[in-house]
Amino acid sequence: MTNADSSSFRLHGRYRELAPHLVPLDYTNNPDIRVPPTLIVTMPELKENPFRDRIVETFSEDGHGNLSFNDFVDMFSALCETSPRELKTIYAFKIYDFNRDNFICKEDLKKTLNKLTKGELSPEEVLLVCDKSMEEADLDGDSKLSFSDFENMVSKAPDFLRYGSTSSTTKRGGKSTWLPLHNI
Amino acid sequence: ESLSEGEIAALKEQLEEKKKLIVTLRNKPWRMKKRLVLLKEAQKFVEEFEGALGKGKGKKLYAFKVMMTKKLIKFKRDFENFKTACIPWERKIKDVESHFGSSVASYFIFLRWMYGLNMVLFGFMFGLVVLPEILMGLPYGSIPRKTVPREEQDTAMDFSVLNDFEGFCKYSFLFYGYYNNDRTIGVLKFRLPLSYLLVGVGIFGYSLMVVIRTMARNSNEGGDGAEEGEFTFSWKMFTSWDYLIGNPETADNKFASITTSFKESIVDEQENQKDENIHLRRFLRVLANFLITCTLGGSGYLIYFVVKRSQDFAKMEQDKLSWLEKNEVEFVMSLLGLVCPPLFETIAELEDYHPRIALKWQLGRIFALFLGNLYTFLFALFDEVNEKLETEKSIRNATIWALNQYYANYSSYFNTTDVPPPNVSPADVIRGPCWENAVGIGFVKLVVSDIQVSYLTILVGDFLRAVIVRFLNYCWCWDLEAGFPSYGEFDISGNVLGLVFNQGMIWMGAFYAPGLVGLNILRLLSSMYYQCWAVMCCNVPHERVFKASRSNNFYMGLLLLVLFLSLLPVVYAIMTLSPSFDCGPFSGQDKIYDVVMETIEQDLPSFIANIFTYATNPGLILPAVLLMLALYYLNAVSKGYKQANMDLKKKMKMARDEEKNRRNNKDSTNQVMIDLEDLLPKKSLIPPPIEEEPTPPGVVNAKGSKSPKMKPGAAAKGVNLQKDVSLAAPNPRAPVTYAPGPRRGPAGNARGPQPGPSRGRGRAGPPR
Repeated sequence: MTNADSSSFRLHGRYRELAPHLVPLDYTNNPDIRVPPTLIVTMPELKENPFRDRIVETFSEDGHGNLSFNDFVDMFSALCETSPRELKTIYAFKIYDFNRDNFICKEDLKKTLNKLTKGELSPEEVLLVCDKSMEEADLDGDSKLSFSDFENMVSKAPDFLRYGSTSSTTKRGGKSTWLPLHNI
Repeated sequence: ESLSEGEIAALKEQLEEKKKLIVTLRNKPWRMKKRLVLLKEAQKFVEEFEGALGKGKGKKLYAFKVMMTKKLIKFKRDFENFKTACIPWERKIKDVESHFGSSVASYFIFLRWMYGLNMVLFGFMFGLVVLPEILMGLPYGSIPRKTVPREEQDTAMDFSVLNDFEGFCKYSFLFYGYYNNDRTIGVLKFRLPLSYLLVGVGIFGYSLMVVIRTMARNSNEGGDGAEEGEFTFSWKMFTSWDYLIGNPETADNKFASITTSFKESIVDEQENQKDENIHLRRFLRVLANFLITCTLGGSGYLIYFVVKRSQDFAKMEQDKLSWLEKNEVEFVMSLLGLVCPPLFETIAELEDYHPRIALKWQLGRIFALFLGNLYTFLFALFDEVNEKLETEKSIRNATIWALNQYYANYSSYFNTTDVPPPNVSPADVIRGPCWENAVGIGFVKLVVSDIQVSYLTILVGDFLRAVIVRFLNYCWCWDLEAGFPSYGEFDISGNVLGLVFNQGMIWMGAFYAPGLVGLNILRLLSSMYYQCWAVMCCNVPHERVFKASRSNNFYMGLLLLVLFLSLLPVVYAIMTLSPSFDCGPFSGQDKIYDVVMETIEQDLPSFIANIFTYATNPGLILPAVLLMLALYYLNAVSKGYKQANMDLKKKMKMARDEEKNRRNNKDSTNQVMIDLEDLLPKKSLIPPPIEEEPTPPGVVNAKGSKSPKMKPGAAAKGVNLQKDVSLAAPNPRAPVTYAPGPRRGPAGNARGPQPGPSRGRGRAGPPR
């Protein structure tokens, strides 16, 4: 078995253990099975992520978070450390776009901020931060961020490639289940 | 089969391409199925044709090389992780940082750095001075300097005596007096006195080098702490969460640290937005400085006055003095230390600085205050030394006289000139006062009392206070937590200065008390754990959490100043004071540095002695040393500038490329974006729209005139706008002849049993 085969086999195992009664062992016929989001967000890699619901919704085909196996694999592949920056940028934009209108508006910013700080900031502080972010990144002046604005801002960020992680956090806190994809 | 030259070349090229594809496959942004298919294809191709080209072995070698490269990369990564894991207390400090901000964490980072420095100093002192004396020198009790004198032997083991570092402590390897002045000791002929002197000087030299190197490295990062980014808040919002976190505790810390980081930036932003009334501010600042200078002057005079009085008291009868009069100096100094810092802080409110800058001013002022303490202590010590030197003269004369008497008596009694040395037990020999020991003991006592006071302050001032506030709150009239006294905040300036002055004491005292460095190691180690615990348990974050300045050069600058201040007394003692005649490794010599001269004359070839006599002109040495230091610092800083230059060049190049691309109206600026077309989701995730917003601006329309909201540069692109902006809309390749109709929404292909990869939305190409 080649490396690619063995790692997708492992991923399939992970996918199956989420819903053993739903997912068949045999995938050769490409059955159309989708796992609901409530089960997927219990995965250890996603459990602590404040954006887990949005992540699952973004990668699902129906927009409600039900992932087929291919969607599942795509999700992990995109979040992998070695996936290219442009890919991550596209998916990041989709994740932060809460109302899915292809723009990140003030409301989206507020929701993002509240998820990040767990509501610890006062309303004035939230307003200040959102205003400043919009001011910094909005290049065309329509008081919402289009993808080009977002991409321009993120491409200059120093540590976006690993979503700001350091190896110490990975080692200590994260489960390195991204490894299967490293061997492809 | 026989292939022509051209065919072989073409085949080779294809082979290379396929191999490259295999290696870079995982970086391609394709869907999984596509990747698997391509991989199988490429592998089959390579297998087939590499054989045909007669490179059977080559394939194995290639596979082997690839495997080794992968293993090497993995090994490097693991090693990096291991190195990071080896940094002590990294997790503790990260915990503190996420809850209290980077300025409080900077104190602990400074503490850890000090610990590293002291470990090296301890290594020098212990390995080159203490160990040889213990292992190869004469044991305890063999010579007078290593034995407790007869009159003190009864009390030598009492706890109260040991607490004052008298008794057995004084006559142990911890202090200067224990070391013997034999030129070489042991089988290895280890030159202990020379080693002692060189280590003593080397400690300063090494500390100087390390401080300067750290300063140079810090200055490369530059800046005064304010983050100079175009997108400070945006980056914090979108790129701060670490998607690889899976551990709940780490996640908690991350949330706290993100919140703290936002608060820090908010403080910076609010400072920038403040209204400026320059004249009033300047006046207030001048007034504040004036008040503080008055306070400092007053405290300086008070200390001088009290010390003068204590000198008078010392001449009087000790029994007639009250406790207050006996301990007046310490009492006044402690009082000043308690009262003045809060006073400075209150006056500093007038100045209205950014918290980071206010911290620096506070540090500077308290530093000036503590200098008064320092000079008092040295003053008192110097008096004691002079006194002991006087006593020593008389005792030394007495000893010589007694010895002469003994010889005279012996030779006259037994009528010989061959007189054996007197047979006296080491404990009974007359001992000189040994001023170096007194100095060493003075420093050790000071350091120990400092440790005790600081630990006690934390216990009472922070822990007890927190306990009282917490539990008494249930039955108290006003809210203890919100009003007075509430929980304490971590006092950064006080702690940093305490650390800096402590190190100064160590540097000064290490020459006379080799055990002091070991004591300091224990102190720093316990301090780290104790203070980390105290901070997390009893303190609350500052009201205005501010970001520490990125270069810790201010702390380093203070440390450097203190290093020079502590160098002076030691150098003075080495150069001018004469060592005691009966204790320490330099006993019997005129000056301490005579050891070096002796070594040069006896051990090294003669021409070096000549060179040395020319070179030891102080007028030559001092400028040379200063010059070397300056060169070292400038060299280290220049590296930083070179790096900054490279970065700027890169940025300029990037900006130029962007401009060029935009101007040239290229259709695809990025190969990856072309690849990504494949990946764009096949149906929009947008629920059926409520209004007819032109959601994918410019996608449907050819010339972009319907999208006034697009970036000016991008709007100039041609038909293939799908690469640029929108991601969710269908992507018609056919020319557009009608306005966008209502979307069909996600109903389209999704519900059907087709879990395959993205079908083209209106594309001609077959799905893979």
